[in-house]
Amino acid sequence: MGAWGLGLLLAASLVFGFVYRAKRGRVHPAKSLPRDRAASALDLSPLTVELGSRGSFIQFSSAFCTPCRATRLLLEGVAAANPGFIHHDIDAEAHLELVRRLHILSTPTTIILDRNGVEVGRASGAPKRDDIERVVASLR
Amino acid sequence: MEIDIRGPRFGAALTLAVLAIAFFTGSVWVLALQTVVFALGASRGPHRSPYGIFFAKVVKPRISPTKEREDSRAPQFAQAVGLVFCLVGLVGGFSGIAPLFYVATGFALAASFLNAIFGLCLGCEMYLIIKRFSRTKETVGA
Repeated sequence: MGAWGLGLLLAASLVFGFVYRAKRGRVHPAKSLPRDRAASALDLSPLTVELGSRGSFIQFSSAFCTPCRATRLLLEGVAAANPGFIHHDIDAEAHLELVRRLHILSTPTTIILDRNGVEVGRASGAPKRDDIERVVASLR
Repeated sequence: MEIDIRGPRFGAALTLAVLAIAFFTGSVWVLALQTVVFALGASRGPHRSPYGIFFAKVVKPRISPTKEREDSRAPQFAQAVGLVFCLVGLVGGFSGIAPLFYVATGFALAASFLNAIFGLCLGCEMYLIIKRFSRTKETVGA
């Protein structure tokens, strides 16, 4: 393959790395907000989670994932600083059925729910603080 | 076990160098060398692989201490993923299927590059995807 092949491979990896780093941790808004909000709360069964009066952070973690710690610290901090928000940290490996149903591919993945339990956004990878603050400000 | 997060990243840089040589020269034996390193890292933990030992003995005493730690099982799992790619590359190399050698080595090379340059562990990211395929009994409660 020689120098060209190697150069091409490294250049492609560099582009991938920049794109991945830019996208990872961004909070993506849920596609469409349903009309009847209460009726379409995210189905988290078999779990029953207490919802915050403004919103909830549902974090999916695995036992030894490195960015899960930073995510936990960030979300716990935001929940503590903003009354009405609750943070739940769920062991993804113990709830694989739920993980498949919610299309979660990696840990940490954070799903943000409004006060009715409707998904308003999600982030995979340690969420960016600015994105989380923005969502918090948008939830009443 | 908790380890210095810079250890696996340093190991990724060495892996990158070795795999780049293997890819550039097309040498199956250089790939075999990295395969052995991955096998040791996957079975004993990244901090007990040759690169990890080199980091602990030579590099770490010369750089400033850090409090940043991670569970060694995450990079250990990634070493196992790297091992699988290298084994596939070896099959390609020894059986004369050049595209298999280059594609498998290329993936491992790209992953080590992303880890060394961006601190991004693709092998770790694959953990849940692989787990999702397994059939596990559901437990109730968070």
